[in-house]
Amino acid sequence: MEIIKTVNLQKTYAESAVPVRAVNDISVSFDAGEFTAIVGPSGCGKTTLLNLIGGLDNPTSGEVIIDGMNLYSLKPKEITDFRLKNIGFVFQAYNLIPVLSAKENVEFIMNLQGVPKKERDERVEKLLEQVGLKDQMNRRPGELSGGQQQRIAVARALAANPKFVLADEPTANLDSASTNNLLDIMLKLNETENTTFIFATHDSRVMKKARRLIELDDGKVIADKTN
Amino acid sequence: MNTLFKLARRNIWRNKRRTLLTMSSIFLAAFIALFTRSMQFGTYDLMIENTVRLSTGYIQIHDKGYWENKSINNTFEDSPQLEKELSSYKEITQVIPRLESFALASSGKHTKGTIVIATNPATEDSVSKLSEKIIFGSYLTNDDGIIVAEKLAKFLELTVGDTLVLLGQGYHGVTAAAQYPVKGIFHFPIPQLNNQLIYMNLSEGQNFYAAPNRLTSLSIMLKDESQLDDVLEKLKSELDPKKFEVMRWEEMNKELVQAIQSDNAGGVIMLGILYIIIGFGVFGTVMMMTIERRKEFAVMIAVGMRKSQLALMTAIESVLIGVISIIIGILAAYPILYYLYLHPIPLSGDIAEAMTVFGVEPILPFSIDPSLFLNQGITVFIIMIIAIIYPISIIFRLNILKAMRG
Ligand SMILES: Nc1ncnc2c1ncn2[C@@H]1O[C@H](COP(=O)(O)OP(=O)(O)O)[C@@H](O)[C@H]1O
Ligand SMILES: [Mg+2]
Repeated sequence: MEIIKTVNLQKTYAESAVPVRAVNDISVSFDAGEFTAIVGPSGCGKTTLLNLIGGLDNPTSGEVIIDGMNLYSLKPKEITDFRLKNIGFVFQAYNLIPVLSAKENVEFIMNLQGVPKKERDERVEKLLEQVGLKDQMNRRPGELSGGQQQRIAVARALAANPKFVLADEPTANLDSASTNNLLDIMLKLNETENTTFIFATHDSRVMKKARRLIELDDGKVIADKTN
Repeated sequence: MNTLFKLARRNIWRNKRRTLLTMSSIFLAAFIALFTRSMQFGTYDLMIENTVRLSTGYIQIHDKGYWENKSINNTFEDSPQLEKELSSYKEITQVIPRLESFALASSGKHTKGTIVIATNPATEDSVSKLSEKIIFGSYLTNDDGIIVAEKLAKFLELTVGDTLVLLGQGYHGVTAAAQYPVKGIFHFPIPQLNNQLIYMNLSEGQNFYAAPNRLTSLSIMLKDESQLDDVLEKLKSELDPKKFEVMRWEEMNKELVQAIQSDNAGGVIMLGILYIIIGFGVFGTVMMMTIERRKEFAVMIAVGMRKSQLALMTAIESVLIGVISIIIGILAAYPILYYLYLHPIPLSGDIAEAMTVFGVEPILPFSIDPSLFLNQGITVFIIMIIAIIYPISIIFRLNILKAMRG
């Protein structure tokens, strides 16, 4: 089932002397349950594409259709709301709020959304178990390793039950062991919960585990293959 | 809100040194402000108290038009009804009936214009402690003896036991003339008055001015100054406005009120400058707290926090810093001010002399009026809110992508 589709999506940065077409006419679609990596050299447009899909940016032209709805036809406020309810994010760094414990970070969004405590506690416990950090839940991010922090970020991204998770270079700061561990957790979530993951990465360790690779160069899709 | 509060509470301690430094500066400003204001208000209270006790009382009742034209003809009848009326107020502690006018005093070859105050000796003394100001002889009793102010006595070369001739104009143009034995000589702290005051028994005065049972004023003392407005309102509505005027001490002591107002304005300006300096420091801190967390804020917004929630969080942080500082400031200042309120600092030397001359006790009194603390609290609160306006505008203009990349 298709959940995301981009139609002739373009993003051009016109600030510099030569306009940069960061995303240059990309039409691509994603199905529910995918485990996909958008790959390519630095500067090829991965982050820009991911941000456009995530409703964090504004396209120069073209459309992003999520569940049949044109995302950028919504008002900015509606996009924000849509993002909260439907999209989970994992970034390269600064994912977690440093003054909150692991558990508090995971439940943070649910807190803001006013989810009842009982429901929150159950959900947080399940998520922490799934990322294997239940015993570390009272630690603050500063007391966790980089890999553990990213696992908490994944749990946090899943807290609001999103339709899909966008992860921009989630393993860029991690060693191999942590990277594999994080990937295994996400793969398992993908298999057992059918969670959709879309990565932007140039990390070969991620590429190896991804089931679909979309290769970009100069803002264009140059290859789209399924492992 | 709970979550935001928890975040704010933890965030302010992320940079302990900076927060403590900022808090110390607010604390110091609040402490200085409380100390100086307490002293100012204490002094004002003392000046007011002195004036009220020595002259007008908190409220005076006159014959209508008396204050504009202080003539013996603008007097009113001291009716038992009126007395009864006033004694029914539980806020009123004392009522001093006075008949006040001018007279020419002459002794031997000297003659001088004087102010004669005919009063009830006991009530007068209970309010103004006039008997304590007697330097020779004794205080008024119910006989015809008079007491004369020190400088006036000196001018007239009077001593206790001498006789003084008074000459004046009585009620409705009757000539008033009589002679009185001098019972005592008193020192009055206000120089002008020390030159011309004479006190006598009320009934003697009424006889002298041919105004039996008539008064120029009833001075009213209250348990507490805060009752003034209430009592004044009631009196105004109960006394016939065609016959009486009811005035409060401020109307009758305009110079004192002005002196206090201008001194107070000076104090406010000084504190304003102090708080502006502190305000810039606070602004620097909250500004830094915002700028250095831009990336963190961008991620928080991206993962679901609304900008308004973020703004509220930073506002809570700012207010928390202010509130903690001011509470510590008040807790530190209160015991000291309370001690000084109970034990005012005695003054000596030139200042003390100058104060004595103006009828003020030579002490540095302190006030512990709750409004003092409330005002500083509100001031700090407002500063914290003003300081956060610009940082909050930064949050609302924050571009998530730029902030995350930058
Ligand atoms: N805000 C921006 N202004 C100007 N150019 C930008 C901006 N963001 C990205 N770019 C440019 O767009 C291109 C794609 O960037 P990006 O999507 O971050 O690539 P990737 O994530 O694949 O490294 C790059 O050439 C980058 O310099
Ligand atoms: Mg990138």
